[in-house]
Amino acid sequence: MKCVTCRGPAVIDIRRHNANFCAEHFLEQCRRQVAKAIDEFDMIRPGDRVLVAVSGGKDSLAVWDLLRELGYDADGLYVGLGIGEYSETSGGYARRFATEHDLTLLEVDLRDTYGYDIPTGSRAARRAPCSACGLTKRHLFDAAALDGGYDVLVTGHNLDDEAAVLFGNTLHWQTEYLGRQLPVLPARDGFPKKVKPLVRLTERESAAYCIVKGIDYLVDECPMAAGNKHLVYKAALNDIERASPGAKHAFYFGFLARASERFAEEAEEDRGDLHACPTCGAPTTADTCAFCRLVEKAGGSLGTSVAVSLGRRNSQVVS
Amino acid sequence: MAGAASSRVLDGAGPCDHGKVNVLLRNPRREIEIDGPITVVNLLSRLDLNRESVLVIRDGELVAGDATLADSESIEIRPVISGGHR
Repeated sequence: MKCVTCRGPAVIDIRRHNANFCAEHFLEQCRRQVAKAIDEFDMIRPGDRVLVAVSGGKDSLAVWDLLRELGYDADGLYVGLGIGEYSETSGGYARRFATEHDLTLLEVDLRDTYGYDIPTGSRAARRAPCSACGLTKRHLFDAAALDGGYDVLVTGHNLDDEAAVLFGNTLHWQTEYLGRQLPVLPARDGFPKKVKPLVRLTERESAAYCIVKGIDYLVDECPMAAGNKHLVYKAALNDIERASPGAKHAFYFGFLARASERFAEEAEEDRGDLHACPTCGAPTTADTCAFCRLVEKAGGSLGTSVAVSLGRRNSQVVS
Repeated sequence: MAGAASSRVLDGAGPCDHGKVNVLLRNPRREIEIDGPITVVNLLSRLDLNRESVLVIRDGELVAGDATLADSESIEIRPVISGGHR
């Protein structure tokens, strides 16, 4: 197997591109794909203040590193979810990466700040763990981005994530979700701008990027994700991909190019009458936002401000 | 899965030193032995693993699909699929 660029020994094959790459040119390929996504979807503009949601896993560390390589000055945000040893370990990977690269890592600890964690919150609210976790993270990411004055919130969603969500939403014809499944969500109605620069890379490629770059990440799966439908969708799509390389890319980017606009109206209607949550100020269509309801059911409390400890470059604590 | 490949589970075993390819699998973490030499592609096929869902690593570096794994080598097959509603 030879590198498509230099004809040297390849370390990875990317079948949907019908190409093999050596380590050096694979990293170049990853940077090129991320730069293309940022440019194509107008994700980040020069001078933007960028916040990356960092979990300590391969995708978030890869996107943080790729942004750094591409010249973006991005801070990280880690949320301690209180999922036992898994959370303790994942936080260690995020902190180590920030320290090694002299980057700023903001931290929010769910239990310290809001008095609950994902296991207790999901049980109390009778939500699936991944649902409680997703709701919590979205709220805290949005709040930290807005409170910190960031222009863009970056997440590590990759092509497999987006294709799996699209697969699930299509399977159940959740048209209101289809209308807002985009690689960029503009800032509006109290939400920060959110972007997904890894949409042109698969999970295999973001993991390979970390291995080639020597980025240590948490390999173990979240113990609460077992049985999650997204894993089933991803496996199904990878079976299709094996038989038809490029299928995931065609599915997702074909949707963006030819179908997503058709569902925009329904997504807009689904937003309904957004107003500020009387408890926390976050946008909601309900009397009280879903996050505040979760906190209440979990027996937690809403801090009057988000406690944020700043990383190496700024080591004070803001509360 | 591993039984068909004439392998046996070696929980907590160290590197193999008696003529087989030692394979570390994750989630859950376990080790198996496979008769070598064998190419990476054939190893994955033998273990019924989808190449889209894993990477093969040797001494911290990626191993290409057409590489041949010799007896006594140790490799890791690392899953790359992570879940949860993100």
